[in-house]
Amino acid sequence: METTYLELVVRDLRERFGVTEEVFRDEVSLYVKPEQIVEVCQVLRDEYNFDFLADLTAVDYWPQQAPRFHVVYQLYSYLHNVSLRLRVPVDGEEPEVPTVEGVYPNANWYEREVWDMFGIHFEGHSDLRRILMPFDWVGHPLRKDYPLGYEEPQFTFNFHDIERKKPRPRE
Amino acid sequence: MGVETKLGNMGIVTTTLEEAVNWARTRAMWPLLFGLACCAIEMMATAASHYDLARFGMELMRPSPRQADLMIVAGRVTRKMAPVLRRLYDQMAEPKWVIAMGDCASCGGVFNNYAVLQGVDEVVPVDVYVAGCPPRPEQLIHGILTLHAKVMASHPLRQQG
Repeated sequence: METTYLELVVRDLRERFGVTEEVFRDEVSLYVKPEQIVEVCQVLRDEYNFDFLADLTAVDYWPQQAPRFHVVYQLYSYLHNVSLRLRVPVDGEEPEVPTVEGVYPNANWYEREVWDMFGIHFEGHSDLRRILMPFDWVGHPLRKDYPLGYEEPQFTFNFHDIERKKPRPRE
Repeated sequence: MGVETKLGNMGIVTTTLEEAVNWARTRAMWPLLFGLACCAIEMMATAASHYDLARFGMELMRPSPRQADLMIVAGRVTRKMAPVLRRLYDQMAEPKWVIAMGDCASCGGVFNNYAVLQGVDEVVPVDVYVAGCPPRPEQLIHGILTLHAKVMASHPLRQQG
């Protein structure tokens, strides 16, 4: 069978960076070490025409998996019409990943969102502020150990209990 | 051609000052043009020709809080929107009233999470709560009429406290 473009790319990356491959329903994911991600992106952009960072997000697998976070890079090549996913597993309360802002400038806002929602720190990012939540917000809400709500549902049996604790405005 | 041809020359009508003030307040209670979610669609339908909010002197939705008397909080209020909403409320001139329209504005509705306020009464004092998801225009009109009844029963000239 003929080798596809994607297989060629994956084979080369496996030899040069030792990445591991995972295929699910014909979608290819590569597991990359955090310290290699910038170089891998650079190679994919400059040598293999993956010129578009379609998405950059993260997943929290706590408590099922360790390392708990996967930072996910969705790349696309307009020239070859090929998609490729990179996953960078990181662990800990304050995980760090180098920024790919230098390779894909649009990663700036994506990384701010991942920082805001998951608390993953991007080393070397030019402007790592919250982007969705208010600037004085405490915590990172898309982490699985973040509490879902701040008020219990009010039923007849706990009506007065919740009524007592509810914040009230000044007139 | 007016009512005087039917009733004759009435000359003088007597009433109390409070009642006259309340009457004036309820008959032209302009709502703030402020929609947050799907309830705003029902609010627009309420103002449109089919339900015709103009019957109650409310055909003008004012985009400026300075000219509005009534804030209809139509939809869920996120924690990021809450300071904005409070600021709009503070900018409205006295006297002012608030209707929490729908479940989300009343108690958070189905959105019990970190991002959504569990009832707008955490940031502004609410006069009337309208249940429903979203409430039909009839329900909103009923809420508005309930507010009108509340205002008519109030005593604005009595010393407070």
